[in-house]
Amino acid sequence: MSVIYLLLTVSITVAVFFFIVFILAVRKGQFDDDYTPSVRILFDDELVKEKSNKSTKH
Amino acid sequence: MELQQFYYDNKIVKNFLYATLFWGVIGMSVGLLLAFLFLFPNLTDGISWLSFGRLRPLHTNAVIFAFVGNAIFAGVYYSTQRLLKARMYSDILSKINFWGWQLIIVGAAITLPLGYTSSKEYAELEWPFDIAIAVVWVVFGWNLIATIFKRRQRHLYVAIWFYIATFVTVAVLHIFNSLAIPVGLFKSYSVYAGVQDALVQWWYGHNAVAFFLTTPFLGLMYYFIPKAANRPVYSYKLSIIHFWSLIFIYIWAGPHHLLYSALPDWAQNLGVAFSVMLLMPSWGGMINGLLTLRGAWDKVKTDPVLKFMVVAITGYGMATFEGPMLSLKNVNAIAHFSDWVIAHVHVGALAWNGFLTFGMVYWLVPRMFKTKLFSVKLANAHFWTGTLGIILYALPMYVAGFVQASMWKQFNPDGTLVYGNFLETVTEIMPMYWFRAIGGSMYIFGMFILLYNIYKTIKTGSEVTDELAEAAPLQKISKRRLAGEGFHTWLERKPVQLTILATIAILIGGIIQIVPTILVKSNIPTITSVKPYTPLELEGRDIYIRESCVSCHSQMIRPFRSEVERYGEYSKAGEYVYDHPFLWGSKRTGPDLMRIGGKYSDNWHFNHMYDPQSTSSGSIMPGYKWLITNEHDRSNIEAKMEAMVTLGVPYTEAEIANAEALMDEQASQIQKNLYSDPDFVASYEADKKYAEENGLEFVEMKDREIVALIAYIQRLGTDIKIKEPETSTTSN
Repeated sequence: MSVIYLLLTVSITVAVFFFIVFILAVRKGQFDDDYTPSVRILFDDELVKEKSNKSTKH
Repeated sequence: MELQQFYYDNKIVKNFLYATLFWGVIGMSVGLLLAFLFLFPNLTDGISWLSFGRLRPLHTNAVIFAFVGNAIFAGVYYSTQRLLKARMYSDILSKINFWGWQLIIVGAAITLPLGYTSSKEYAELEWPFDIAIAVVWVVFGWNLIATIFKRRQRHLYVAIWFYIATFVTVAVLHIFNSLAIPVGLFKSYSVYAGVQDALVQWWYGHNAVAFFLTTPFLGLMYYFIPKAANRPVYSYKLSIIHFWSLIFIYIWAGPHHLLYSALPDWAQNLGVAFSVMLLMPSWGGMINGLLTLRGAWDKVKTDPVLKFMVVAITGYGMATFEGPMLSLKNVNAIAHFSDWVIAHVHVGALAWNGFLTFGMVYWLVPRMFKTKLFSVKLANAHFWTGTLGIILYALPMYVAGFVQASMWKQFNPDGTLVYGNFLETVTEIMPMYWFRAIGGSMYIFGMFILLYNIYKTIKTGSEVTDELAEAAPLQKISKRRLAGEGFHTWLERKPVQLTILATIAILIGGIIQIVPTILVKSNIPTITSVKPYTPLELEGRDIYIRESCVSCHSQMIRPFRSEVERYGEYSKAGEYVYDHPFLWGSKRTGPDLMRIGGKYSDNWHFNHMYDPQSTSSGSIMPGYKWLITNEHDRSNIEAKMEAMVTLGVPYTEAEIANAEALMDEQASQIQKNLYSDPDFVASYEADKKYAEENGLEFVEMKDREIVALIAYIQRLGTDIKIKEPETSTTSN
C-alpha cells in the first residue's frame, strides 16, 4: 500500500500547483471581471470581409 | 493603440479535424465488430489479431485517444488562437504534435492487434509508445503555453484554464502510471504489483476520464456553445468556480473503481467521499452549458449544431450524476463488473464526447471553408439516428447490467445459488446485446451521414489555410519586467518555458530512480504461502496478458456471500504481491478466474481454449485455436525473471539459471496430463504422424503456447487454497 504515499504526494503536488496558479491568477486580476470575458469571445477578429473586398479590388 | 495584423493557422485545425473523423470511423467500427462478437463469438474464428481480447484495447484507445484526442487538438488549436488573439507559437511544434500523435495511433493500431499490450486499461500501449506519447504531449503543452505567453488578450478565458489543467494533469498521470521495466522491444512489466498497481492504474484510469474526456471538452463547450448560440455563457463566475473545484476534487476519486476489492477500506472511503462531492462541480458545468441557451431555445429547434450540443451536455449531466451514484458502495456492489458500467461509459463517450465533437465539426467546417453546411436536413438526420442509437445502446445495457448482477446474487432457500452456472446469466441478457449492436450500428451510420455532409460542404467551400486577423498588442503593465519597447517578450518568456520543461524533465528522471526503490521494499509478502510464479507460469501469464483475457475475466473475488459461494475464498491483498501488472479486470463477461486453478482438468482447459462451445454449450467466448498450434517462444525468460527480481520478486539465481529446465519439466507434466484424454491422444498422434510422413516440422505439445497458459491458469488462486485460509493475514 506504500504506493498511496506516492500518489498522495503527486496529487497534493498537482493540487498545490493549481492552488498557486489560482492565487497568481486572482492577484493578476484574471477574475476581477466576471462578465466582459463571456461577451468578448463572441466577437470575431478575423478580417474576412475586408480581405475578400481587397482581393476583388486588386 | 496600433493594431497588428496576423494569421490564424487553420491548416493544423483542419488536419486534426480530418484525423478526428478518420479515426472516429475506425474506432467505432472496431467497437461495432466487438458488439457483434458478443452475438457471434466465432465471427473471426482463428484469426488471432481479430479476436475480442486483442481488439478491445484497440477500440478503447482508438475512440479515446484517436477520435476524442484529435477532436481535442482540433478544438484547442482553433479556439486557443482566437481566444488569445495570436497564431500558435510555433508551426513546427504544431506539426510535430499532429504527425507525432498520428504516428502513435498508427503504431497502436498495429501493435495492439498483434498482442503487444501492458494490459492496463487505457494505458495498454507498450513502453516505446508511452515515451512517444509523453514527448508529443509535452510538445503540445509547450506550444500551448508559449502561445499563452505571446497572447494579445491579457485575460485568459475559462476555456484556456481548462486546457492548461488538461495538459499538466495528463502529463503527470501518464508518466506515473506508465512506469515499467522493459524486457524487450514491446514488452515490459509494471513497476507496481497487485494492489499498488491497481491503485495507480485507477488513479490514472479515472483521471484519464477526468482530464482527457472531461476537462478539455468542458473547455471546448465553453468556447463553442456560446459561439454557436451567439450568447455569452450563462455565468462566467460559475464557470470559474466549477473549474477550480472540479480539478481539485477529481484527482482523488480513483479508488471508487476498486470498491470491495483488496484495497484498504480507508482508501476506498476516501475515493467515495470525493466522488460524491464531484457531483457539484460537474453539474456546475452542465447547468452552465445548458443555461447558456436560455432564451435561445428557438435556435436549438432549427440549428443542428446546437441540437448536438444540447444532447452532449445532457449526456454529460447524466453520466456525472451516475458517476457519484456508482461510487456509493451499495450501488457499486451491484453495478461493478456488469454491463451497467458499459452503459455508463457509453453515455459519456457517445453523447458527451461524440455529440460535442459532431456539433463542433458541423460548426467549424462551414466557417473554416467560408461556406454553408451542405445540408441541414442531413445533419438533422444524423442527429436523430445518433440520438436513437445512444438510447438503443445505453438502455438495454442498463437492463442487462441490472438483470445479470441480480442473477449473480440470488440464493435458493437451501443456501445454494439460483444460477450456479455463470452461463445462465449470460444467455439471459443476449437480447440486450442485440439491441446494443443495433444501437451502435445506428450511431455509426450517423457518422457516415456526417462524413458525406462534410465532404460535400468542403467541396463547395474555399479553403483558407491562414486566416487574417487583427488585434492590438498586449501593453506591458508588469512592474517587475524590464520592459523594452514593443513586445519583445521572447527573452522574458524563455526562462518560464525552460522552467516548466526542466521541471518535467526532473520529475521524469527523479521518479524513475526513486519509485522502484520505494516499491521494491514494499513487496514483502503478507501471506507466507504465496510464492512467485514458476517460469512456465510467468510465460503463461504473459500469454494471458497478450490475449487480454482480463477484458472479460476478473481476478478479484469480492467479499460477498454470493461471490464466495460461486468462486471461492475472497481475494486478499497479499495474494497479488508478485503480480506485475495486476489483472483484476473491470468487467465480467465471463466468470471470475481468481480461484480457477485446479477446478478443471488440463484437458478441459485444452478443449475449452480450442472450442469453448464444446465444453460450455452456449458460451460466448471465442476459440483460441492459435494457442493450441503455436510454438511458444520462451527464450526471453531469463530477462523476464531478472526484471521481476529488480521489482522485488524473490527468484533465486539458481532458478533463473535453470529456468529452461524448470519450464520443460512443468510443461512435460502438463503434456503427460493431457494424454489422459483418448481423443487428445488420437488427434495429437495423428498430427505427429502426418508431420513425419510429410517431412514437416513438428512442435511437441509441451513447447506450445497452450501449455504455458494452462500452467498459469491451474496456478491461479491455489496458493492459499492448499493450506486453509486461516493462515492468511490481510494487510487491511
